[in-house]
Amino acid sequence: MPPRVVLVTGVSRWLGGALAAELATDPAIHRVIGVDTVPPSPALLRRLGRTEFVRADIRNPMIGKVVTTASVDTVVHMNISATPAGAGGRAPMKELNVIGSMQLLAACQRAPSVRRFVLKSTSAVYGASPRDPAVFTEAMQARRVPSGGFAKDSQDIEGYVRSFGRRRPDVDLAVLRFTNFIGPRIDSLLAGFFRMPVVPTALGYDARVQLLHEDDALAVLVRATTGHFAGTVNVGGEGTLLLSQAIRRLGRVQVPLPTSTLGSVGRLTRRFGFVDYSPEQMRFLNFGRVVDTTVLRTEFGYAPRYTTVEALADYARTVPPVVSPALVAGITERVENAVRRAGDVVEAVGQRLHPPAPAPGLRAVRDA
Amino acid sequence: MPEARVIPLRPDDDETRLPPPPSLGWEQQVADVLEFLRRRLTGEYDTDEFGFDPDLTDHVLLPLLRPLFARWFRVETQGAEHVPATGGALVVANHSGTLPVDSLMATVALHDHHPAQRRLRLLGADLVFDMPFVGALSRKLGATLACTEDVERLLTEGELVGVFPEGFKGIGKPFRDRYTLQRFGRGGFVSAALRTGTPIVPCAIVGAEEIYPMIGNARTAARLLGLPYFPITPTFPLLGPLGLLPLPSKWLIAFGEPIETASYGPDAAEDPMLVFNLTDQVRETIQHSLYQLLLQRRSVFT
Repeated sequence: MPPRVVLVTGVSRWLGGALAAELATDPAIHRVIGVDTVPPSPALLRRLGRTEFVRADIRNPMIGKVVTTASVDTVVHMNISATPAGAGGRAPMKELNVIGSMQLLAACQRAPSVRRFVLKSTSAVYGASPRDPAVFTEAMQARRVPSGGFAKDSQDIEGYVRSFGRRRPDVDLAVLRFTNFIGPRIDSLLAGFFRMPVVPTALGYDARVQLLHEDDALAVLVRATTGHFAGTVNVGGEGTLLLSQAIRRLGRVQVPLPTSTLGSVGRLTRRFGFVDYSPEQMRFLNFGRVVDTTVLRTEFGYAPRYTTVEALADYARTVPPVVSPALVAGITERVENAVRRAGDVVEAVGQRLHPPAPAPGLRAVRDA
Repeated sequence: MPEARVIPLRPDDDETRLPPPPSLGWEQQVADVLEFLRRRLTGEYDTDEFGFDPDLTDHVLLPLLRPLFARWFRVETQGAEHVPATGGALVVANHSGTLPVDSLMATVALHDHHPAQRRLRLLGADLVFDMPFVGALSRKLGATLACTEDVERLLTEGELVGVFPEGFKGIGKPFRDRYTLQRFGRGGFVSAALRTGTPIVPCAIVGAEEIYPMIGNARTAARLLGLPYFPITPTFPLLGPLGLLPLPSKWLIAFGEPIETASYGPDAAEDPMLVFNLTDQVRETIQHSLYQLLLQRRSVFT
């Protein structure tokens, strides 16, 4: 049975807005309610269609009233902030993430109409350290528990969602652990990182990166909202890239810096609105993280349309390269031609100095 | 006047001549190098989920190791035919030499002296992946962390996995204990082979013990640097960086007959007695072939 009333939190961000817009086109769904602390941009508002926007803070008990009065049956929780920059600092970020999720879950527990809860979580819950296995399955846990930041928040939120599930066993829980998003439209952490023409990275480290295209992320969220999957699933594109490789493919210039100096570089880039190098982000950029997506393809029943390489290529269309592949190809070709010409000259001189052996026919004449 | 023409008396003479051997001209080599550089600059090469970079391994890392393999240590490979040409297998070897040069030489041996040019996927301690440069480079060479999850994933994907169960106990043992195998961990490698039903290939490496003869261990320095041992050899740290030059010992690498595990079934991994017995069997096979190889070698350096 498809959901009748869906509540989507974090609807003013790109992915939340896209999900609400997509659900609004489904005639089987009666109402789509979008919640966020900030109103959506006019462009997004047009796309949202018949979605009802409620400006509410999920940290506020008012959210409970929205859930009960609209008799919401499916809740999609996406209002989890990944960077302190978006939320206005680490303290508000943590409050929005953790307290906001607790309030929302408390409201859902009181509302008998809720039957399904979808959490947009992250593969960051697995942490990133040199002691980790190369590929994480859903059953694995972080070897080194993240000490703070987004990963810790996400772990806490998953914990609260699980205990909510124990108290309301009639509610189906779907926890989606997404890898890093990339795509022409989405505003993700890594997209901002790759948009810098010169990308500072940690000297002596190279992370394995697994990406998910925004279209696949949206499709998975829609399927999780309208389908029957219950449980935890890793969501990521097939294949991986090394961080250095991704930077090169985008035609960026990689600047490896000693780890100790990256903190100050991070403060500088954050001031100019680029990316921040939080310790947690640094660990990810040093060691990377890859997840196993067998459950996604078998139990959940979705195969991402874009591989990691294809998703990056699609994103690359929107960022003009600093070092274009055509330029590199041109230079190597020119060098090759020059070397060939020099080689021809050397060969000609060599032939003049040492004339070649007589033609084979002469030997035949001699033999005869 | 028409030009003089040489008319071959035996027209088929030219055909019986063998064409010159297809050696790569230097022009082709230059073109290959440039093409490699272009690939590296634009990122158009493949890497896998473990961070393995075959392009870099084949064009940079293996060519760097080959002179060490062929000229410096004059490695002789024996019994490469015991390593299966396809499918997963676990190569278990003794570990020695203060620095893990033996694992690199085994990688070269299996790539260059096995008919199927097999790639050995090494397993390393977490310390390896904690270190800058070393960790990233190890992953690019195909190594990954020695943990059950990674081993089983590699073996089920049909890769050849190289493991040194002695770990730091083997590589960091004093010179007087050379060629005596240390404890073989907790037999985790046997459980992994049993669970995936892949054969275990015992491998004995002779020669690595003498490259950096460790006559002492500076424990305080090791503790300060967070290392399991800090070697003192006749040349290190006495001669500084020159002490990092390995002694040119003569090496022998021998692969033994594979020990099959598939017939036990995957549940056998839960039987500790069987795991212990298989571990001992592998250990004794390696120890035995170490003694045999030492008899074959005329002296340490020839």
